[in-house]
Amino acid sequence: MSEQTLTTNGKIAATLTRKDFVSDQDVRWCPGCGDYSILAQVQKVMPDLGIPKEKIVFVSGIGCSSRFPYYMNTYGFHGIHGRAPTLATGIKTANPELSVWVITGDGDALSIGGNHFIHTIRRNLDLKIILFNNRIYGLTKGQYSPTSEFGKKTKSSPMGVIDYPINPLSLAFASEATFVARSIDTDPKHLSSVVERLGRHKGSAFLEVYQNCNIFNDGSHKHFSEREVRDDRTINLEHGKPLIFGKDRNKGIRLYGVKPEVVTVGENGVAVDDLLVHDETASEPNLAYILGRMQYPEFPVPIGVFRAVHKPTYDTLLEEQISAAVASKGTGNLEKLLNSGETWVIGPDG
Amino acid sequence: MDTPKLKDQATPRHQLEELDAVTIRFAGDSGDGMQLTGTQFTATSAIIGNDISTLPDFPAEIRAPAGSLPGVSGYQLNFSSHDIRTPGDEPNVLVAMNPAALKMNLKDLEPGGILVVNTDAFVESNLRKAGYETNPLEDGSLSGYRVFKLPITSLTMGALEEAKLPHKQMERCKNFYALGLMYWLFDRPLEPTLKWIDQKFSKMPEVGLANKLAVKAGYNYAETTEIFTTHYRVAKSDIKPGKYRNITGNEATAIGFIAASQLAGRPLYYGSYPITPASDILHELSAHKNFGVKTFQAEDEIAAVGAAVGAAFAGNLGLTGTSGPGLALKSEFIGLAVMTELPIVIINVQRGGPSTGLPTKTEQADLLQVMFGRNSECPVAVVAPATPSDCFSMAIEAFRIAIKYMTPVVYLSDGYLGNGSEPWEIPSIESLPRIEVKFRTEKAGFYPYLRDERTLARPWAIPGTPGLEHRIGGLEKQHVTGNVNYDPDNHDFMVRLRAEKVARIAQDIPLIEVSGEPEGKVLVLGWGSTHGAITTATEQLRAKGASVSSAHLRYLNPFPRNLGEVLSRFETVIVPELNLGQLALLVRARFLVDAISFSKVKGLPFKVSEIVKKINEYL
Repeated sequence: MSEQTLTTNGKIAATLTRKDFVSDQDVRWCPGCGDYSILAQVQKVMPDLGIPKEKIVFVSGIGCSSRFPYYMNTYGFHGIHGRAPTLATGIKTANPELSVWVITGDGDALSIGGNHFIHTIRRNLDLKIILFNNRIYGLTKGQYSPTSEFGKKTKSSPMGVIDYPINPLSLAFASEATFVARSIDTDPKHLSSVVERLGRHKGSAFLEVYQNCNIFNDGSHKHFSEREVRDDRTINLEHGKPLIFGKDRNKGIRLYGVKPEVVTVGENGVAVDDLLVHDETASEPNLAYILGRMQYPEFPVPIGVFRAVHKPTYDTLLEEQISAAVASKGTGNLEKLLNSGETWVIGPDG
Repeated sequence: MDTPKLKDQATPRHQLEELDAVTIRFAGDSGDGMQLTGTQFTATSAIIGNDISTLPDFPAEIRAPAGSLPGVSGYQLNFSSHDIRTPGDEPNVLVAMNPAALKMNLKDLEPGGILVVNTDAFVESNLRKAGYETNPLEDGSLSGYRVFKLPITSLTMGALEEAKLPHKQMERCKNFYALGLMYWLFDRPLEPTLKWIDQKFSKMPEVGLANKLAVKAGYNYAETTEIFTTHYRVAKSDIKPGKYRNITGNEATAIGFIAASQLAGRPLYYGSYPITPASDILHELSAHKNFGVKTFQAEDEIAAVGAAVGAAFAGNLGLTGTSGPGLALKSEFIGLAVMTELPIVIINVQRGGPSTGLPTKTEQADLLQVMFGRNSECPVAVVAPATPSDCFSMAIEAFRIAIKYMTPVVYLSDGYLGNGSEPWEIPSIESLPRIEVKFRTEKAGFYPYLRDERTLARPWAIPGTPGLEHRIGGLEKQHVTGNVNYDPDNHDFMVRLRAEKVARIAQDIPLIEVSGEPEGKVLVLGWGSTHGAITTATEQLRAKGASVSSAHLRYLNPFPRNLGEVLSRFETVIVPELNLGQLALLVRARFLVDAISFSKVKGLPFKVSEIVKKINEYL
């Protein structure tokens, strides 16, 4: 399926508005939750994708984020913990014409659902996966998650977390993701632009959104995500452009061997030409992996599209195999199938 | 070397004796090709018109150390001139290719039975591996049998002189030499096997030639030497006229589900993770993509069922298959399918447990797991094929029920059914039931959980349908709207309603039939793969005038609606099962019947004689 070839039934997809994607259910997240912002941006972007809403399916697992499908006026499936990618796999391969979105969280995707996360992305199934990373278990009221910082005190770690956290982007790269991006709930403009890129990618597309849980982990991203500090503490990746950041647009990232370093343009003889130029289409994800591991305060936190490459998707390859099987063997004939192999006839005389 | 002409070539020095039925067991090392030998003998016997029933018995290890006891692989088949339903209790003939095979199988051979041994394998090291302190071929311990000691390996090597093959490869043809011996001993034609070899080895003609030489040489050796004084003929069985093929339960299961897809006019979607003894179903289905079958080898058992549930939501026939340990992993997703009321079918080819248990052996101990092994009140329909060929019909039934009632259905096969084979009368397409699929398209009055009055099924409204956008999930549903709802009365109502929906399937399945008198002293009630042994045992006893009948359940949840009444017409109800009495527990609880459980958990099917003996206790 591509956006251009879609035919619409009923209302023309191009004339849909944000409101068409708002369901009749009351949103029940805590007031002030970062999820509201993500929902709003997804609903806003949907009409721009030009997909009829009956062809859109939102699938989720368990957790606060996973209530998301109830609030989208599309088809939706609120699944079980960690297993949304498996439901989405079945839906997409059963009907490749559907646009299938997976909404998940750090616990859902990386802890209980880690295995499905890896393998679904590995297959390059044409799915859009949005991971709400709030670094905490919110729905179960405040236990540490696989992305919680080492040493963090939570309800289940009163003496501090002794698990080392996982980096969701590293895992996505390791799983051979063809599209990897990151955004922040408090930056709606950036978020909507990345969601749109996600929606237009064909293949397993992964977006991590730093999302604030104002009840159990308030401010876990604020040291770099707040408006006042964001310019100096994040870096927006743009394809083909040098890695520049800072309020004064004079800081950049240079590569020293395989190590990134923060430099100031114009100091110590550093020129813009010395900076790393972002290439989201690089065939190997090595550089993107390095960027994905940059963390504040040593580095600005990169946001934007890290990787966007293309290869055949699982759903398309499966359809092609079916077509090839039909071409070589003919459309399945049940009578022939039943009568295949060694057969013999017993006559009326035994 | 020409193929011997069978009919008239029995020279006068060889007597030809008519037998009614014979049970042969081929046993050897797992690398000796015993399964292939067995399936070839089976195919040939079926083609010449015998009734057959088979029991492959192989180790979980692919290649346990050569010559060791755990590495022994066996294939038993019963072929007959009358209707048979079991692979036979005790083999009349045992072919033992090495000492370990002899050690493991001799105890089953009937007293005075024919024992063919490959003497070449009875060397010191193999004897030691099999735990023999003295050579059984020399110490007199086999005096109770008719023993034929043949150097099968060296005879094979001698016969293959003209084949240009490495030594090792020639040696591997010894199973076909043994097959040739048995073909002569039981008066079977070589042609079906020769034809099979030509097809199988069309790209390796020298290997094909060697195997053909081996099978012919074995045949000719038996015929020209005087080692066997008698050979045997088992006449054609009086089988119902029709067109037949030989089929295993797993094959019948796979093509049954393809048939269900064709009859429903919807693509079949099979999510599965490799597991013994269910993997053959995945292999078979993945070879039929031209039927639009989508097979998905998932990363684990959970993903396999999850994808099937997703596919069902999207309008395909969602199917997943596994064995007991995998079913345990799928439980939570089956619960989701119950809550979202989607039509999926879960195949469980049961094996010995608990835990990893006995992967290649049969058992029926997952009945209560499929009935109750999920959190909360979580009813699913359960069907169980009774014979390898019945797997075909019950696969179609499983989806007929799943779709009509919008419910998960568990299909309980087992290792014995899955790997066992029998002749199958190929049904005509017209005789197969239609499966009606009605997707909801009408927007007016649509509610995701508004129900059909008779079946209580909710509408199947698939993504892609304009105007019917809706959300489902695992949280409790409000009656009719399907919205998330935590109201106590609504929950109580919905729990009862889901139970009632599954119970109503009883109005749509056949009544249970009694074989024998409709009332009397003893009723033997079975389910699943015990059908053959139970039917044979009760028929034998009835022929002697005993008051014993049998009834077999192919629908386990809900039960056929006349079951309680049938049970009440007998003084004693005996329930033989390959578990510790799971169906017995259910019928006792449901019908207050003092059912007698007869259980066996050896990883092997019941013998007819075991059931006969048990019934005799109550006559």
